[in-house]
Amino acid sequence: MSRIAQRLNELASENRKALVAYVVAGDPAKSVTVPFMHSLAERGTDIIELGVPFSDPMAEGPTIQRAHERALENNTSLRDALDMVAEFRSDNQHTAVILMGYANPVEAMGYQDFCARAVEVGLDGVLTVDLPPEEAADFNAMLADHGLDTIYLVSPTTDSDRAKTIANIATGFLYYVSLKGVTGAGSLDLEDVRKNIAKLKAFTTVPVCVGFGIKDADSARSLASIADGVVVGSAIVELLAQGDTGLMKAESLVSELRLAIDEVE
Amino acid sequence: MTNFSSVPDNKGHFGVYGGRFVSETLIHALDELSSSYQRLKDDAEFQREFDADLAHYVGRPSPLYFAKRWSRELGGARIFLKREDLNHTGAHKVNNTIGQALLAKYSGKSRIIAETGAGQHGVASATVAARMGLECVVYMGAQDVQRQALNVYRMKLLGAEVVPVTSGSQTLKDSMNEAMRDWVTNVDDTFYIIGTVAGPHPYPTLVRDFQCVIGREARQQCLAQTGRLPDTLVACVGGGSNAIGLFHPFLDDNDVAMVGVEAGGDGLETGRHAAPLSCGRPGVLHGNRTYLMEDENGQIIETHSVSAGLDYPGVGPEHAWLKDTGRVEYTAVNDDEALQAFRELTLVEGIMPALESSHALAQVKKMAPAMKPEQIIIVNLSGRGDKDILTVAEIDGITV
Repeated sequence: MSRIAQRLNELASENRKALVAYVVAGDPAKSVTVPFMHSLAERGTDIIELGVPFSDPMAEGPTIQRAHERALENNTSLRDALDMVAEFRSDNQHTAVILMGYANPVEAMGYQDFCARAVEVGLDGVLTVDLPPEEAADFNAMLADHGLDTIYLVSPTTDSDRAKTIANIATGFLYYVSLKGVTGAGSLDLEDVRKNIAKLKAFTTVPVCVGFGIKDADSARSLASIADGVVVGSAIVELLAQGDTGLMKAESLVSELRLAIDEVE
Repeated sequence: MTNFSSVPDNKGHFGVYGGRFVSETLIHALDELSSSYQRLKDDAEFQREFDADLAHYVGRPSPLYFAKRWSRELGGARIFLKREDLNHTGAHKVNNTIGQALLAKYSGKSRIIAETGAGQHGVASATVAARMGLECVVYMGAQDVQRQALNVYRMKLLGAEVVPVTSGSQTLKDSMNEAMRDWVTNVDDTFYIIGTVAGPHPYPTLVRDFQCVIGREARQQCLAQTGRLPDTLVACVGGGSNAIGLFHPFLDDNDVAMVGVEAGGDGLETGRHAAPLSCGRPGVLHGNRTYLMEDENGQIIETHSVSAGLDYPGVGPEHAWLKDTGRVEYTAVNDDEALQAFRELTLVEGIMPALESSHALAQVKKMAPAMKPEQIIIVNLSGRGDKDILTVAEIDGITV
């Protein structure tokens, strides 16, 4: 069983929800990333989503776009991100790590080389934002051969037939995008999210984590009550951009989020 | 023999290129667009309205003009200019925006968005939006807003909102990212009019289909005027919509050669250019797999061209496929060569070409002298040069 599945099973048996935290590799500095990943883990993060910077992050809102730009100014590559996972993994065997990014850097490295290195560094899964199932057959087969989970997005615009197809090939967890828009955007209609997640749950046993629009303890608590976990990205990234005090604030935010979702019955 | 009408497949693939590489939220909108386009492209009423708009609003057919004096000066092939510069709004771009705005109307969308580089597609989008009473937002790289001030003002006069894009390299590729972000957020009421034959399926196909009027006309006009088909077609290639529009109706005419001309910027050897087909390699950007300008880590690199409309690191997937099949030859000309052709056509024929089209003209200058007088070149004069006067003046050190 993958590290992701194992952790999500444990949480389910304890009747607890998963905290998934996103940070961009190399933002605001390469030296910050691995210590911050440890800090995320210490504060109760179950799955770390490490963003791989890309020059054209089409699905990101302004906060995460800027993070990608900063990381690229620091010359952070996909290989660097994988190296960071290796460094993290040497001191942490239990926290799951997935890479979230865009297809082109992976293609430039080559699917085969990427998968081989991913296994070597102890990566657990991959979410490629712009690689929908229709275009992902080769890559998915290779990821599966290497025991890597394939995380997929499901959005409010995904119809039921398509959601079933996605749920059938997704491993690890399904990432439900709570709203139409880019990362960091808008406000949530909780009732809509609840209905859509219930629909998903009707035909899949893959855990569903929900992201987009989670800014604080309140929104985390409400969403955790209707899903298997919550993903927090922009709120953390925005604080990290503010230097040392921001880093401390980001750490406190993660602790608060953990407490908040553990209050969920 | 390659079957050129076999592409794309039903998932939008041109060989290994094209496809649909977008985040999940957009899939439904693209499915919707595909099915409404499938339905409407064979719908008599839709086609009648499209053809009528092209005739009475755009002013088609655009002339195929024999550039007698320029041909004589170059001393070789007879050169014909396909005068897309004479279209309403001054470029080929409007053929496509008319078509997509009709799609928007038939799909019940009230708001259109567009990306633009040189501003021609933005102007063409703002124009059709004004005519149809649709809200229009145009995303334009902040750097392009500076160098194409005239077109920015034109769009504003037409009632469009122009949003300067300050992310990334602040050029065409970034305005496309921003338009995609808008679309993903407002997908319910918004129609995204992509300006070139790139982007996720079905855009490369539908933009091609709307632009093919160029080649269909040129083919008939050439036959009518000369009694034969041309020997060579030449067109500039940024995203590649004017080139595919001219080339596509000739693909099965085996004796017609085709040359696509990319922006060589400071010279291919300097690395400062916008020529992915000449120097790039396949990758994934803006929803499709195609040739890209990228570094060894898969990051898209900045492009350079005197012409904002060619300043794009990717190219339409059908061009990538046509390159690999060998049906079309792709080459590049430098900024200097394009500028020289701009001046020459203006002086010799009294026609001021867009700097984009000047790249195609510069290639004709290289080829025509080596050809025989009975041979025919058709070059796509894809746009007029009025918008570029300030750029040229600046290069001349003149403040207008």
